[in-house]
Amino acid sequence: MLNAANILFWAVLAALLFFARRQRIFWPLLALTLLLLFNQLFTPGFFNLELREGHLYGTRIDILKHGGTVMLVALGMTLVIATGGVDLSVGAVMAVAGAVLAQAAAVHQQSAGVAMLLALVVSLGLGAWNGLLVAGIGIQPIVATLILMVAGRGIAQLITEGQIINFTNPALVYIANGYFLGLPFACTLVLVLLAATYALTRATALGLFIESVGDNDVASRYAGVNARFVKFTAYVFAGFCAGLAGLVAASDIKSADANHAGLYAELDAILAVVIGGTALTGGRFYLLGSIVGAFLIQTLTTTMYARNVSADIAPVPKALVVIAVCLLQSEKARRCFTRFLPRKSPAAPTANAKAGS
Amino acid sequence: MSDSLLEVRGLSKGFPGVRALAGVDFTVRRGEIHALMGENGAGKSTLIKVLTGVYERDAGDTRLEGKTIFPRSPREAEACGISTVYQEVNLIPDLSVAENICLGRQPTVFGNIRWGAITRRAKQALARLELDLDPSRQLSACSIAIQQMVALARAMDVSAKLLILDEPTSSLDEREVGELFKVIRKLRDDGMGIVFVTHFMDQVYSVTNRITVLRNGELVGEYPTAELPRLELVARMIGKDAKEVAAMESQHPGVQSIREGEPFLEVKNFGRKGSIAPLDLSIRPGEVVGLAGLLGSGRTETARIIFGVDKPDSGEMFLDGERVTISSPRAAIRRRIAFTAEDRKVDGIIPNLSIRENIVLALQASRGAWAKLSRAKQDELADRFIKALRVKTPGPEQLIKNLSGGNQQKVLLGRWLATEPRLIILDEPTRGIDVGAKAEIEKLITELRRDGLAILFISSELEEVVRTSQRVVILRDRKKVGELAGEAISEHAIMSQIAAPTAESKDVLHA
Repeated sequence: MLNAANILFWAVLAALLFFARRQRIFWPLLALTLLLLFNQLFTPGFFNLELREGHLYGTRIDILKHGGTVMLVALGMTLVIATGGVDLSVGAVMAVAGAVLAQAAAVHQQSAGVAMLLALVVSLGLGAWNGLLVAGIGIQPIVATLILMVAGRGIAQLITEGQIINFTNPALVYIANGYFLGLPFACTLVLVLLAATYALTRATALGLFIESVGDNDVASRYAGVNARFVKFTAYVFAGFCAGLAGLVAASDIKSADANHAGLYAELDAILAVVIGGTALTGGRFYLLGSIVGAFLIQTLTTTMYARNVSADIAPVPKALVVIAVCLLQSEKARRCFTRFLPRKSPAAPTANAKAGS
Repeated sequence: MSDSLLEVRGLSKGFPGVRALAGVDFTVRRGEIHALMGENGAGKSTLIKVLTGVYERDAGDTRLEGKTIFPRSPREAEACGISTVYQEVNLIPDLSVAENICLGRQPTVFGNIRWGAITRRAKQALARLELDLDPSRQLSACSIAIQQMVALARAMDVSAKLLILDEPTSSLDEREVGELFKVIRKLRDDGMGIVFVTHFMDQVYSVTNRITVLRNGELVGEYPTAELPRLELVARMIGKDAKEVAAMESQHPGVQSIREGEPFLEVKNFGRKGSIAPLDLSIRPGEVVGLAGLLGSGRTETARIIFGVDKPDSGEMFLDGERVTISSPRAAIRRRIAFTAEDRKVDGIIPNLSIRENIVLALQASRGAWAKLSRAKQDELADRFIKALRVKTPGPEQLIKNLSGGNQQKVLLGRWLATEPRLIILDEPTRGIDVGAKAEIEKLITELRRDGLAILFISSELEEVVRTSQRVVILRDRKKVGELAGEAISEHAIMSQIAAPTAESKDVLHA
């Protein structure tokens, strides 16, 4: 179904691709475009868009709505990975944040503002704990954050006393279910956090320090960079992002579920970051890339639903697409691939001519 | 030409913005040691990396024993018979010596590694080098020099026809160099072709038969070593004629007058167990103090405790007469001390960041994260130091890892000069860089001294120390054994202090 709105959508996407053609973000963006194109051609109803009561509805809007949590988590994860680390505890932190929110709002009858503030402060604290273990004590990031990954859900259970706590506070429900300017409110949240992250890293020298620490820890220290502070900040920030995502996730189901909130969020976030072009070994990071990566992951998931692929086998096609995207990112793999294509390059005949002479 | 082993014709290789090799010819014959000479960025490393399959060539033809070869990985190159020992040791520190020697070609039975055979083979390989070393020892426990020998043992363990030595001697002391040369002469006599890349002229003239000179990625020429006087060689490398070079050589600054006045830095009884015995040292503004001694004599260790990398466990430190404690590099930088470390790759460059970012890093770090230097200011700094230090690059946004060693060193100097230090510690600033860049860096040191900087200059090359220092502190076996000042400084005087008790042979090179 091609209507005016869809034509405009494709035009915008094509323009984005064109402007990004020399950027790192081109490849994940291309993959996303191809996936959407597949849906446009083969998945009926995927591109339907309706305006009801001033709100937009449609599969693409669902992607925006449900992709929000992964995007929020991925922003924090990007900085942590750029320092050469990883944060496995973000899913657990989401659960804790949700638990604190629900407990404060529903059981202790606090206002929405106080409940959110509490949840975010606790998340910051958990981030600081990770930062302390990694930057302060020097435990390897995987091990250090694994501790909270395992313990975090226990903490959430303690807070909710093993119950699933429902809340009805309209302000809290609005976070994930409300609409702002016709789009899900989570979009606004992502945009604001993206802008804030960008400002935090690029308007200051923190981005440079993160990249230099991730690229060469020792040399950065010799140059006077406070590597500990840089790493600590990254983990605290990741905790904050996870907390924010936890609010969205809890709001989505209007309750705190310590066992399932944010389950596997860390894996999706890491995947989004890697698809976005940031290397797991640290160094250069790409915030927008991570957002596109999260988009891609959510689009994939939604595609599976839309095509009635059973949830049990959905991970398999998902995995295949992810592998393809990762290969697409690698210059070496691309060159390897083009080698199998019919040769048009002018270099080949000259090389042969020289060898023959 | 029938005895030629390796023939390279019209080899070209470019990187984004850089033309590293342009139609280079290169021939190595059986049973010769062939020096590959050129300034930094002349294309030596690129040529070697193409030969060993690290880089893919853009154009050209390579033949080994008449057969065209096209190695796409170091392993394929090894299978063809080309073995390489790199400037920086490329081994795995956590494995044992024997495992390192046999890695990637372990003898196996039904997929199981035969450990006994590995140890035996490693022992044989080490014996060939007359190296008395326990093969089960962990590599990281060995000194850099020994690691280099292990790398060589590894290279020769495969049935190599062509052996490439890329700056193998830059981390060896003279005796070890002598050992190495004994081995490669033997290999030459066995009919192996050896390509030898180095910046040490003495070594070129003591072991090589032939010299190929590259400049800016192009072939300058191939000469029998005996027919190319040193001056001519330098002239060819830097693209000048011999007369100009002769004029340069005669302009060595004489011994500088001793500075009077209060020292900027003074340490008393300053030391750290296991790295350097307590010593006294002072440096005045406008003075270069040389730190001479063999590799492992405690030169770097001294620098590290002054810069706060390691903590001293005895003595005290004064800056401008005020007693201070420096507990970290950050603290040292705040006190306007700078330190260019010996190992550029590990302790210096941030490889995947641009030249601009590498230059501003230390200054930005001292300002803190919040007071970001504006992009305009960054660009200005980068341009200024690229120009002032004559860094060869297409632009400030080039990644530093794409530069040659000498140019990386200049960028690192720029990084420190941007912080406007009062004391700069230079640990082997000229290691592994070519004659031209060496002269430039020496000149720069002299200029900085005239501007009133205090400089602690560490170098293995005594000539350099003698030429640039007003005072020289001599270390031996992690102890200060003497100090020379002014007119008393000479290579001979330093040597005799270094060699005083054991009187190691100095002419081992020519044995």
